[in-house]
Amino acid sequence: MQLELKNVTKAFGDFVANDSISLTVEPGQVHTLLGENGAGKSTLMNVLFGLYQPTAGEILLNGQPVRFSGPGDAMARGIGMVHQHFMLVPVFTVAENIALGHEDTKGGRLDLKTTARKVREISARFGFDIDPDALVEDLPVGVQQRVEIIKALIRDAELLILDEPTAVLTPQETDELLRIIKQLRDGGTSIIFISHKLREVKEISDVITVIRRGKVVGTADPSASSSELASLMVGRDVQLNLNRVPAEGGSPALEVKNLSVVATNGTLLLDDVSLSVAEGEVLAVAGVQGNGQTELVESIMGLRPVQSGSVSLHGDVLTGRPVKEVLRYGVGYVPEDRNVEGLVGEFSVAENLVLDQLDRPEIAGRLSLHRAAVARNASDKIEEFDIRTGSASAAASTLSGGNQQKIVLAREFSRPLRLLVASQPTRGVDVGSIEFLHRRILRERDTGTAVVLVSTELDEVLEMGDRIAVMYHGKLMGIVPGGTSREVLGLMMAGSTAEEAFEAAAGSAQPGSEENLV
Amino acid sequence: MSETTKGRQGWRAFVRSDGFVSVLAVVLSLIVGGILIAVTNKDAQASAAYFFAQPGDFFRDAWNAASGAYAAMFRSAIFNYEGATATEMFNPLSETLTQATPLITASLGVAIAFRAGLFNIGAQGQVIIGAAVAGFVGFRLHLPAPLHILLVVLAAALGGAAWGGLAGWLKAKTGAHEVITTIMLNYVATYLLAFVLLTPLMQRTGSSDPVSEVIDPTAVFPQLIPGTTLRVHLGFVIAILATVFTWWLLSRSKLGYRLRAVGANPEAARTAGISVAACTVIAMALSGAMAGLAGASQVSGTEMFVAEGIAATIGFDAITVALLARSKPLWVFLAALLFGAFRAGGVGMQTDTGTPVDIVLVVQSLIVLFIAAPALTRTIFGIRDRKKAAKAPKAPKSAPPAPPAETPAAQAATVEGGAA
Amino acid sequence: MSAQVLTPAPAPEQSAITAALTRAAKRPAWMLSVAALIAVVVFGFLAPHTSASFRLSATDAAVKVPPLVVPAVAFGWIVALLLIAAAAWAWFLATQRQRSLPGWAMGLAWFVFLAGLMVWLVGTANNPDISLVQLLTGSVALSLPIIFGSMSGALCERAGVVNIAIEGQLLLGAFGAALGGLLTGSLVGALVTAALGGLLVSALLSLFAVKYLVNQIIVGVVLNVFASGLTGFFAGTLLKDGENFHDMPKLAKLPIPGLADIPVLGPIFFQQTLLGYAMFLLVPGLWFALFRTKWGLRVRAVGEHPKAADTVGIKVNRVRVSNVLLAGIVAGVGGSYYTLVSTSEFSRDMTGGTGYIALAALIFGRWNPLLAACAGLLFGFVTNLQYILAQAGTAVPSQFMAMLPYIVTIFAVAGLVGKSRGPAASGEPYVKE
Repeated sequence: MQLELKNVTKAFGDFVANDSISLTVEPGQVHTLLGENGAGKSTLMNVLFGLYQPTAGEILLNGQPVRFSGPGDAMARGIGMVHQHFMLVPVFTVAENIALGHEDTKGGRLDLKTTARKVREISARFGFDIDPDALVEDLPVGVQQRVEIIKALIRDAELLILDEPTAVLTPQETDELLRIIKQLRDGGTSIIFISHKLREVKEISDVITVIRRGKVVGTADPSASSSELASLMVGRDVQLNLNRVPAEGGSPALEVKNLSVVATNGTLLLDDVSLSVAEGEVLAVAGVQGNGQTELVESIMGLRPVQSGSVSLHGDVLTGRPVKEVLRYGVGYVPEDRNVEGLVGEFSVAENLVLDQLDRPEIAGRLSLHRAAVARNASDKIEEFDIRTGSASAAASTLSGGNQQKIVLAREFSRPLRLLVASQPTRGVDVGSIEFLHRRILRERDTGTAVVLVSTELDEVLEMGDRIAVMYHGKLMGIVPGGTSREVLGLMMAGSTAEEAFEAAAGSAQPGSEENLV
Repeated sequence: MSETTKGRQGWRAFVRSDGFVSVLAVVLSLIVGGILIAVTNKDAQASAAYFFAQPGDFFRDAWNAASGAYAAMFRSAIFNYEGATATEMFNPLSETLTQATPLITASLGVAIAFRAGLFNIGAQGQVIIGAAVAGFVGFRLHLPAPLHILLVVLAAALGGAAWGGLAGWLKAKTGAHEVITTIMLNYVATYLLAFVLLTPLMQRTGSSDPVSEVIDPTAVFPQLIPGTTLRVHLGFVIAILATVFTWWLLSRSKLGYRLRAVGANPEAARTAGISVAACTVIAMALSGAMAGLAGASQVSGTEMFVAEGIAATIGFDAITVALLARSKPLWVFLAALLFGAFRAGGVGMQTDTGTPVDIVLVVQSLIVLFIAAPALTRTIFGIRDRKKAAKAPKAPKSAPPAPPAETPAAQAATVEGGAA
Repeated sequence: MSAQVLTPAPAPEQSAITAALTRAAKRPAWMLSVAALIAVVVFGFLAPHTSASFRLSATDAAVKVPPLVVPAVAFGWIVALLLIAAAAWAWFLATQRQRSLPGWAMGLAWFVFLAGLMVWLVGTANNPDISLVQLLTGSVALSLPIIFGSMSGALCERAGVVNIAIEGQLLLGAFGAALGGLLTGSLVGALVTAALGGLLVSALLSLFAVKYLVNQIIVGVVLNVFASGLTGFFAGTLLKDGENFHDMPKLAKLPIPGLADIPVLGPIFFQQTLLGYAMFLLVPGLWFALFRTKWGLRVRAVGEHPKAADTVGIKVNRVRVSNVLLAGIVAGVGGSYYTLVSTSEFSRDMTGGTGYIALAALIFGRWNPLLAACAGLLFGFVTNLQYILAQAGTAVPSQFMAMLPYIVTIFAVAGLVGKSRGPAASGEPYVKE
C-alpha cells in the first residue's frame, strides 16, 4: 500500500503539534520517523490512525484521499498500529484481545476458537510461540508486543505503524523484532517505524524522515552517519560531557544483603539481591524496565515489604522501618515517576518543596506549618535550582517536566544526605535540565554521599555509573566496572551473567563491528 | 483600551467565573422547581385545559403557584413580614439556623474526608451513632450543667469518630472502598439503634415503643436567646467553632497538610514518608466526629430524646452541602445555611400552600448537579465556554507543548554519533 | 569489587514464594476455622433439644409432601464435624500445598454453615416449625428488585460506569408504574412508564457522568436524592386524587400448569408473575450476552481498558451511554415490583435502600450476573428468614438478621470472603485525547 501525507497539520488550541507534514511511504518499505520524544511523531501517527482529526492537510492511500473518523475506519482501510503503550486488556485472553473489534461469530455467539486458529496460523508464519488462551496480564512484554502485531495482521494490515516499539525490549529482543519487521516488509507490508534510537534506525530503515518540533526537517538515507542523523534530530550540536572525575573509593555505605520480594500472587519480583555502595560512589542500576529495579529501590526506601534479606546504611539496619524513618536517617529519594510519587500536582511549588520536611522544626511546629518559613524555603530553592515557575504558589502540575524534577531534587537535597536513591531522574526531561540534574547528583556524590541511580537508558548508565549493576527478572546478573561495553551490558540485560557476557562479547568482537557495539 | 472595553472584559470574566456559575446554578434549579410546582398546581392544570383559548390564565395561575410557594418559603426561612411580633418575625431565621446547625458540622465532616480523598457517604450512620451516644450520656449520667453538656458533646464526637474511623480502618487495612463500607455501615447503624432502643439500655421506662428516655435538663443545649420561643441553641455556636477549626485544620495545620497531600496524591504522600493508612483512619475519624456533633445537636438541641428517625436525612444532605461548597470550610458553612433555609422554608411552604416539602430535595440535588457540570450550566445560559478552549492544548499528553528536547534521546544521539 | 557475580542459591527464592502463598491461603483457612468453632459451640453444644420442622408444601398444594423434620442436636454436630473437616483440609492445603480450598468446596462449606444456622435458628424458636416453601418463595419475591437492580449495576459497571443511582432507578420505576397504571389502567402502560422512570435517571446519569465528566459516584448519590425528592413531590401532587384515574392494575401470578404442582420447586419457579419469569430469563441472558457474545466482549473491553477499545474502532462513550440507558430500563421495570406486585400504591421512598443492597449484591457477586443474582437471592433469603422467624418467635433480635446483608457485604469488600476485582476502568470517564 502506498501512503501519502500532504501538508498534514494538527493543532491543539494555539499549540501546533504537526506543522504541514508531507511524506510518502511506498509499498514494501520501512519508513522511519526519527525524532526526539515530543517532536510530534506520535501525534502524527494518531492522526493517521484516525484517533485525531487533522486540522489541515490530506491523507492519500494508493492515491485516493481518505478521511478517518476513528481507528475503525483506518483499520478497515488496512492500517494497523502497535502503540507505544500496548492497547491490550490485561484480564482478557490473547484470543479475546485479538478478536476485539473484529470478532468471529457463529450463530450470535462469539467464536473464539476460530480466532485462536488464526492466531496459531500467524504465529507459525512468524515463529511466535503464543498460547491464544493465555491471559495477557501473565505474559512478558515482548510477547504482549507480538500479540499487538498479530492484532494488526489478523485484520490484514497492509501498512503497519510501530510506535517506539523497542522502548520496552532488551537489545536481543530488539534484534528479534527487527527480524520480524524485515520479514513483514519482504512480504509486501509497508512499515512506519518510529524511534529515536539511531542504531536500530540505521539497521532497519529504507527511508528516514526526521521530525523536529512538529516539522519535517529533512530526509536521510540509512547510510548517513549517526552524527549527521543526530544533529538533524536535535537541531544543534549537543555535548553532554560532564568531565566527571572518577569516584574516590570510600568505605561501604549502603549494604543490601540477600533481598527477596514476592508479589501477592507468588511471583518472585526480587530474587536474592546483594550489593553494596561506597561513600562517594555512584552505582548505576541498568536493566530493561520491569526487571526488579522498582522493587529494589522501593525495598531500600521501606516502601515495600521484603520477604527476606536486609538493607543497612553505615551498619544501621533500614529494613522494616517506615519510610519516614528511612528519610530521617539521611536517605534522599527521587522516585521513578515524579508525577505519581514525587509531587502532589495540585499543591503549590512551595508546598511540594516541604512535602517530606514536616519534621524539621523550622518548617513546622507541633501543630501548624510555619508559613513564612515555607515561603522562604521556596524562594531559596527556586533560585538555587533555577526552577522556572511563575511564582512559588503556582501548582506544581503547571511546570515542565524538567522543572518538576528540579523541585524533587531540590527538596531531597535540602537535608544532609548519606544516601541518594534516584530512579530514572531524567526521564521526560529536556536536554538542558538533564545536564543540570546530572551535575547536581555528581556534586552530591563528591561530598561523600553514596548514590544508587536506576536508569533504563544505557547512555545515562554509562555517563553516571562508577560501577554498573545489571538486573534481569529480579536477579542481579552482576556488577561490572563503569564504562563496560554496551554489548556486555546488553547481554546481561537479556539474562547472561557478567562472565558469560564478557566471554561472548570477546568472542564476537571483530574489527569493523565497532559501530554496532557502541 | 477604552474604559468600556475594559469594563466589558471584566464583565466577561465575571460571567465566566465559578462563583457566577454557582449563582446561575441556584437560579436555574429554583426555576426548574418553580416549573414543577406550577405544572402540578390544580389551578394551573385547570387553566391549561383551555390554554389555547386564554393562555394568559395559565401563565397567571402558574406564576401564582410558583411565586406563592417561594414566598411562603421565604417567610418561613428568612423573615416573616406578615408576623405580628418580633419573635414571630424572626422565628423563621431562628428555624433556619436551627435546621442548619447539625447540617454544618456533618457537612464539615464530609468535606474533611473529601479533602483527604475519601468519599464519606456514611455521615448518616455517624450522626446516628453520635446521637445514640449523646442521648445515653444525656439521660444515664447525672452531672452539673456545663460538665454534662461538655460530656455529651465529647461522647457524641467520639461515637461518630469510632463509626467513621471503622470505615477508615477497613480501607487502610484491607483496601475496602469507603463508598461501599460507609453505605453499609449506615444501615448497620440504623438497625443497631433500632435494636438498642428496645433494650433496657435506652428504652423509656414504661414504653413499648422504640424511644429513649428524655435527657436531663443539665444536658440540654441552652437557647441562644433565652426567654423566647426561638429555638436556635448553643449547637450553632459549636458549629461556628467547628467551622473555624476545620478551616484551620485544612489550611494551616500540619495534619491538614498531610491529609490534603494524601487526598491529592497518595503515592507521593507515601513516598514522602506520610503514613497513608494513618491519614485515612484519622480523616475518617475526624469526619465521623463532626457528624457525631450533629447527632449531639439533634439530641441536646432540638429533640431531647433518641428515636429511630433522630438523624432525619442530615447525613445525606451533608454530602450535597459539601459538594456544593467544594469542600471549602467557609463555603460549607454558607451552603449549610442555604440548605437549612430550604429545609425550614420547605416545611413552612408545605403548611401554607400545600406544596410537598420534597421539592426542596429536587432543588438541592439540581443545584449540586448544575454546579458540578459548569459547562452545562453555561450552555443553558448561552455563555461561551472559556475552559474548553483553554484546556484543549493540554489534552494530548503525548505531545506536551514544551519546545525544547525532552528526553535522553539527544544524549543517545550524541554518544552514538560520537562513536561513528 | 569489579565484575562480581552473584549466583543466587535456589533456597531463599523457594522459601520466599512459599511463605507468600501460604499467607494468602491461610485467610480462608482462618475463616473456616472460625466457622467451625461457631458450629461446635453454638450448633453443637448450645443446640436446642428439639427438632426443627420444615414444611415442604403449602396447605392448598395439589401434591402434598410430608414436612422435613431435623433433630437440631444431631444435625448441629454433623454440621460441626463437616466444617472441622473443611477447615482441616484448608489448613493442610495452605501449609503443605500453598493452595486455597477449591471454589466448590468453599461454597459447599458455607452452604453447610448456613444450613446449620437455619436449623439452629428454627430449633431455638418458640415454635420450631416453619414453611420452607413460604421461606423460599418469599425469598425469591423479595430478591426480585434486588436482582433487577444488580443487573442494572452489572450493565453499567461492566461498561465502566459506576451506578450508585440504582436506588433512584428503582424508585422512579416504582413511581412510573404507579403513575402509568393509574393513568392508563393497563399493565403494559404501567410497565412502559416504569421503564421510562428508570430511563430518566439513566439519561441524567449518562448526561452528567459521560458527557460532562462529573464524578460518577457524586452523580449517583445526588440522583438518588433527586429521585427521592421528585417522586415524593409527585406523590403529594400528581398522584393525589386524580379525577380520571383508573384502578391500579396488578401483576398476577401465572402458574404454569403441571409444573406448578411440583413440590417445593413448583411454587418457586413455576408460580411466578410476569416479572419473576422475566428475571429467570434476564439473569442467564445477561450472563450469556456479557461473556459469550461480541457485544459482551466489547462492553467488557470498554469497562476494562477503554483506550484499547477505542483503538480497535469501538465507540467507547456510545457503548457506555447505551448500556447505562439499558440499565435504566432494567431497573425501572424491576422497580415496578413495588407498585404492581407487592402493593398497589406508591409511597415515599418505598424502595427503602434496596438499590444499595443491589449494589452490594453486585460487588458480592463479583460483577458477574449469575453470582450477583445468587447474592441477591441470599439477601432476599435472609430478609425473609427474619420475617418468618419473627412469626415463629425466635430469640434472635430481628435487627441483627436485617443487618446481615450489609455486614456480609463489608466482609466481602474487605476481601475476607474471597478477592473481588471490579472492572478496571469503572468510574473513570473516558476522554478522547
